[in-house]
Amino acid sequence: MTINPRLYPLLATIGIFIAAYIVCWIQFPYMLSTRVAGNLLTDNAYLGIVAVGMTLVILSGGIDLSVGSVIAFSGVFIAVLLRETGLHPLVVFVLLLGVTTAFGAAMGGVIHVLGMPAFIVTLAGMFLARGASYMLTIDSVPIQHPFYELLKDAYWLMPGKGRLTLIGIVMLLSVAVGAVVAHRTRFGASVFALGGGERTARLMGVRVGATTVGIYAFSGFMAGVSGIVFSIYTGSGYPLATVGTELTAIAAVVIGGTLLTGGAGYVLGTLFGVLTMGLIQTYIVFDGSLSSWWTKIVIGILLLLFILLQRGLVRATAVRA
Amino acid sequence: MLLSIRNLSKSFPGTLALDDVDFELRAGEVHALLGENGAGKSTLIKCLTGAYRRDSGEIRLEGNPISPASTSEAQELGIGTVYQEVNLLPNLTVAQNLTFGREPRRFGLVDGRAQRKMAQEMLSGYNLDIDVGRDLGAYSVAIQQIVAIARAVALSGKVLILDEPTASLDAAEVRMLFDVVRDLRDQGLGIVFVSHFLDQVFEICDRLTVLRNGRKITTEVVADLDRLTLIEHMLGRELEEATEHEAAQKDPHSRSRPELLRFEGIGRDGVVEPFDMTVHKGEVIGLAGLLGSGRTESAELMFGVRASQGGRTRDADGPVAHGNPREAIQSGFGFAPEDRKTDGIVADLSVRENIILALQAHRGWTRPIPRSEQNRLADEYIAKLDIRTSDAEKAIGDLSGGNQQKVVLARWLAMNPRFLILDEPTRGIDVGAHAEILRLIHEMTGQGMAVLVISSEFDELIAVADRVIVLRDRRHTGELSGSDVTSDAIVREIARDDADPRTQRGAA
Amino acid sequence: MKRSFRRVLPQLLTLAALMALVTLFFPQFLSIDYAGGRLSGPVIDVLKRGAPVALLAVGMTLVIATRGIDLSVGTIMAISGAVAAWALSSGWGAGPAVILAVGAGLVCGLWNGCLVAIVGIQPIVATLILMTSGRGIAQLITEGRILTFDAGPFAWLGSGILLGLPVPVFIWVLTAVGVAALMRRTALGLLVESIGINRSASALAGVNATVLLIAVYMASGLCAALAGIIATADIRGADANNAGLWLELDAILAVVIGGTSLLGGRFSVAASVLGAMIIQTIDTGILLAGFPSEYNLVIKAGLVLMILLIQSPNLVGHWHFLRHSLRRDPDASPRGAKS
Repeated sequence: MTINPRLYPLLATIGIFIAAYIVCWIQFPYMLSTRVAGNLLTDNAYLGIVAVGMTLVILSGGIDLSVGSVIAFSGVFIAVLLRETGLHPLVVFVLLLGVTTAFGAAMGGVIHVLGMPAFIVTLAGMFLARGASYMLTIDSVPIQHPFYELLKDAYWLMPGKGRLTLIGIVMLLSVAVGAVVAHRTRFGASVFALGGGERTARLMGVRVGATTVGIYAFSGFMAGVSGIVFSIYTGSGYPLATVGTELTAIAAVVIGGTLLTGGAGYVLGTLFGVLTMGLIQTYIVFDGSLSSWWTKIVIGILLLLFILLQRGLVRATAVRA
Repeated sequence: MLLSIRNLSKSFPGTLALDDVDFELRAGEVHALLGENGAGKSTLIKCLTGAYRRDSGEIRLEGNPISPASTSEAQELGIGTVYQEVNLLPNLTVAQNLTFGREPRRFGLVDGRAQRKMAQEMLSGYNLDIDVGRDLGAYSVAIQQIVAIARAVALSGKVLILDEPTASLDAAEVRMLFDVVRDLRDQGLGIVFVSHFLDQVFEICDRLTVLRNGRKITTEVVADLDRLTLIEHMLGRELEEATEHEAAQKDPHSRSRPELLRFEGIGRDGVVEPFDMTVHKGEVIGLAGLLGSGRTESAELMFGVRASQGGRTRDADGPVAHGNPREAIQSGFGFAPEDRKTDGIVADLSVRENIILALQAHRGWTRPIPRSEQNRLADEYIAKLDIRTSDAEKAIGDLSGGNQQKVVLARWLAMNPRFLILDEPTRGIDVGAHAEILRLIHEMTGQGMAVLVISSEFDELIAVADRVIVLRDRRHTGELSGSDVTSDAIVREIARDDADPRTQRGAA
Repeated sequence: MKRSFRRVLPQLLTLAALMALVTLFFPQFLSIDYAGGRLSGPVIDVLKRGAPVALLAVGMTLVIATRGIDLSVGTIMAISGAVAAWALSSGWGAGPAVILAVGAGLVCGLWNGCLVAIVGIQPIVATLILMTSGRGIAQLITEGRILTFDAGPFAWLGSGILLGLPVPVFIWVLTAVGVAALMRRTALGLLVESIGINRSASALAGVNATVLLIAVYMASGLCAALAGIIATADIRGADANNAGLWLELDAILAVVIGGTSLLGGRFSVAASVLGAMIIQTIDTGILLAGFPSEYNLVIKAGLVLMILLIQSPNLVGHWHFLRHSLRRDPDASPRGAKS
């Protein structure tokens, strides 16, 4: 039984992650502990969640630049609503997810109806969401609600005293949900079909408009969830938060083995992409002498590596066909 | 009768694409649909598959009138189509492609195991031993083609339309595909086979229908038909008179003129077999052959659009480089490609800019052509070629096809090349412009330029060419010159069954 | 001349309307004082502060004209700023510092150009690599600190005064005029437009698309380096983290406001720098008019949406009639110079 070539990028991602972890472990044996693993999940939870949404967008051949702003908007929205009204956080969450999902759906609609590049449409969305959060407040608004304390402190104590926090669990769940949606539903099949080519997808019976709206709505929803998680993580809402997160998320998706031109990839890969990026940061923190800018450089190198790898794979298949 | 079409008409602004066409397809037959470019084949198929709405006429499937409004509706009715460029998704697995839109589900989720099983069942009987869990793109075009057929048959199951399915297959793959087609025919499907490979039509088809200029010419039983009659049906040439008249103008001694270029062993695997060609000063060479015979590909090899494997080219002064378009232009070549829209015009640029583009690229960016010179060139060619445009600053995309073609011609004339290749120079052009372009070709050669004209209009070749090289199945098979250049002779040359290398009269 | 004036007319009108609007809320907007050998006033401020985006927009215009995009310009600003500051703090003079910074920008552009034109990666992806890792490289050069240097000839480039006007104004205006002239007085502009509209047809006509693409990304790198020099000189220090942060988006916006289509083709450098000035006028105007600066982004979003509607291929049929009535204008002399 040979390995299916479509798995190569995913295996490369997982392989790099394991190799990196082994390197870390040899230098700092403590890194192989559930504490470090738990922190890795917690610290990167918001990124992982938003990257799941981004994976679907990229699989369809699109891009969503608005998610960083939407996360910031979510934090501000929650903080201001909790401060100004007596609503329960859960009610606020539902409202928020409604807003961000509708926002994403609207962007998808504009992309489809106007036939303009997703890049520029979601750029407008980015400005709009950031502007909207500024309009709610320009300050960092702390969230003080007993329910929030509860969420923040909720964790499952893993063997080895590592804490798998609630937000870490939410991220893992998001990955699972994303994987099911992408790989086990007809909607997911349509997403891949769009990424393979819109004209052919249409011929095979994909409802392009509805699927496009659905994809960006899903990304908006995930950005909303990510915003909730981020507000739990930081305990506040700040309109200047998570600037540039969309690009980190895109990088994670690519390092996760998804083809940036769309049509090939795995949601699970994105999880490993996020974890690899988190691991590099953790390593640099552990090392202490290395400077944080190495994170960016290493991530850049990984990006280049994966883009070249995929170009090679695409060429190889093209030659055979 | 499985499928019957009566009095089908379809027009587009300016053209009547289908004019009162009848067509019948029986269950259990393979029926070829033949015709040259613009004959109406693809319009007919698009009306059948719901991509176009017909203007009038009726389509009956098993006796019931149908009018599909979309490809998926046609599919549900029982009409499936497989195109040359496989319309499946190479980035999905074979199983996903086969079951797309009707994936087996459990608890609302796609059941991967059942999906693969379903795919395997769909492929059983096609004699394919492939892993349905792999990406479709990992397999050869032939296998993708068969997967596409399997999907179309499973979805539709009555009528199967194969639109140029063999265009990019090799001989073994064609055999594999034909085995599948025969099996399906024996199972009682009605199969419409569109191809320009006549050998294949004779091999696999039971009956055939020829379309020309949007009209149905004839429907015949293949076994009762010889190749020559068929080609005459397709090309519709009954113009001996005209031919003789034109032939009188030819220069039978074009080959005794001074030699300009000598191509030797130019070719590429799977594109065109290596060929030799000698070009003389001031002569017009025609390339004739059916669609897909390698005409355009020969031109592309000569202009460096595709790289030749081996071979060499010389002129009186030594070797001539044409490994890429820029080298070819340096060597004094020009090439007006067949597809004006994608390869010829730069739509948003003005007529003036399109005319000077090649000349400017040749001079390099540091030596811009002075604006006054640009205007002079533009005005000169607009007048000389009678380009109908309100002014030279109009975007070329807003011009009619004939005028666009003239601008592309002007672009090359401004370069004053010694060897100009024109691929279908009169395609989609009205009659007046047509005659003018032929006149222009004569004018150009009067000044010593050699011109290679590719055309599926034999009248045109006869009118313009001093000699005609005939291609068949990606091979230069023969040559006619002087008074031998007649429609009849070209047709016979194309039809000749055994293209024996010994009869290859190559270039001098 | 008429033709090129008409090309930038919408941008000029927008800018004029904006300025009128700001003046309505802040009457002193148009007032200019002259004191101590320098002009000062809100308009001068707009001209100076708009310099980085205007410079980036010049390079971005060319890249977008070839159907590409350059996400890395903000990062290139940081790199070239870091290089300049490093050179100065290592005791080199202002001249070598500028040369090194410009060289760094060109190398970055060369890298992007090779990825796009030779390796064949789509521009947005290719430039994303440098965008992500470049800031790390800049920090590597500054070793993570904000590298400061003393006022000197280099700082003059950012905050000096020449003929009463801030030096950065001269830099961006001269760059824009220089690039526009280079494009229109040579054949570069035509060739760039032709590969943006139809690369295949251009290649068949003998246009060397590969070299042109690389050159265009190098030009973008050069403009970004100039912007980086101004930003660094202005604050007398290189901040690898924040120099040019997110300015690539403003630059893209400026080009889009300037009417150059993201789908490549016809471009106007003049319209793009006007676009940059429009953005800066909104920024400054909102501040002066006493509106909270948070309106800024919402207005930008509105602008993008408006432009989307105008450029949308799906709606183009509705605009067609407008375009044609413009083209048929009898004033449109076929001999009108374009540059």
